[in-house]
Amino acid sequence: MDLLQRFATGDLDAFESLFRQHQGAVYRRIVRIVRDPATAEDLTVETLWRAYRARARFRPDASFEAWLRRIATNAALDHLRSVRRYVPLPDDLPADPRPDTAEQAESRKAIRSALDSLAPRLRIVVQLGLIEEESYRTIAESLGISESAVKLRMFRAVRILRKKLQQWDVKP
Amino acid sequence: MNDPEFKELGEKLRSAIQPLRQPELSRDLWPAMLQKMNEPRVRVPWFDWALAAIAGAVLIFFPGAIPALLYHL
Repeated sequence: MDLLQRFATGDLDAFESLFRQHQGAVYRRIVRIVRDPATAEDLTVETLWRAYRARARFRPDASFEAWLRRIATNAALDHLRSVRRYVPLPDDLPADPRPDTAEQAESRKAIRSALDSLAPRLRIVVQLGLIEEESYRTIAESLGISESAVKLRMFRAVRILRKKLQQWDVKP
Repeated sequence: MNDPEFKELGEKLRSAIQPLRQPELSRDLWPAMLQKMNEPRVRVPWFDWALAAIAGAVLIFFPGAIPALLYHL
């Protein structure tokens, strides 16, 4: 019996092996959305815990990575819905080395506020699509929705963001 | 995402919020997973179940109470 089949039957050793293999990828997925390492670690554990509890529903012939990515994205989305505020970048994440002028700092603040004002289901599409530059297909697979639904959310989000940035007269 | 409008906005966003290309996990999370698995499950107190049963019974036997209940919600 291979690892995934053993996992599906509840074998704890198989789960530990899969956990160690995939924790890094799950973490990377989540930290790109929540942008806070400590929260991303908690959500990584939560994601793999959800996967373990749902193991009976996993089909061993399907892609385990894609299944985990979807659970991780949903866990991160649940988190965004529960906090409804922008989590500022902590010091250990790469920051822009260029010094800010007062105008640039103001502009950054406005852009972050505009992103923060989006509903989580729109914000996640913007973060993954426009900031992390993922394809529509990858985002759609992660969220378990169609590509056209992702495009629709992106159009709505962009329209809202542009409107807000125009209101605040933000220049690139 | 080749639309010029998206491209321009994407550049603006990335200038304010840096993309995280290869963020790395700094520690093994398996011990945290084991801790989570061993946590006692949250138990619902018996009186919560009793309250839910009473509320359910009221709604079934006195459906006229539903608008009043909704009003007070």
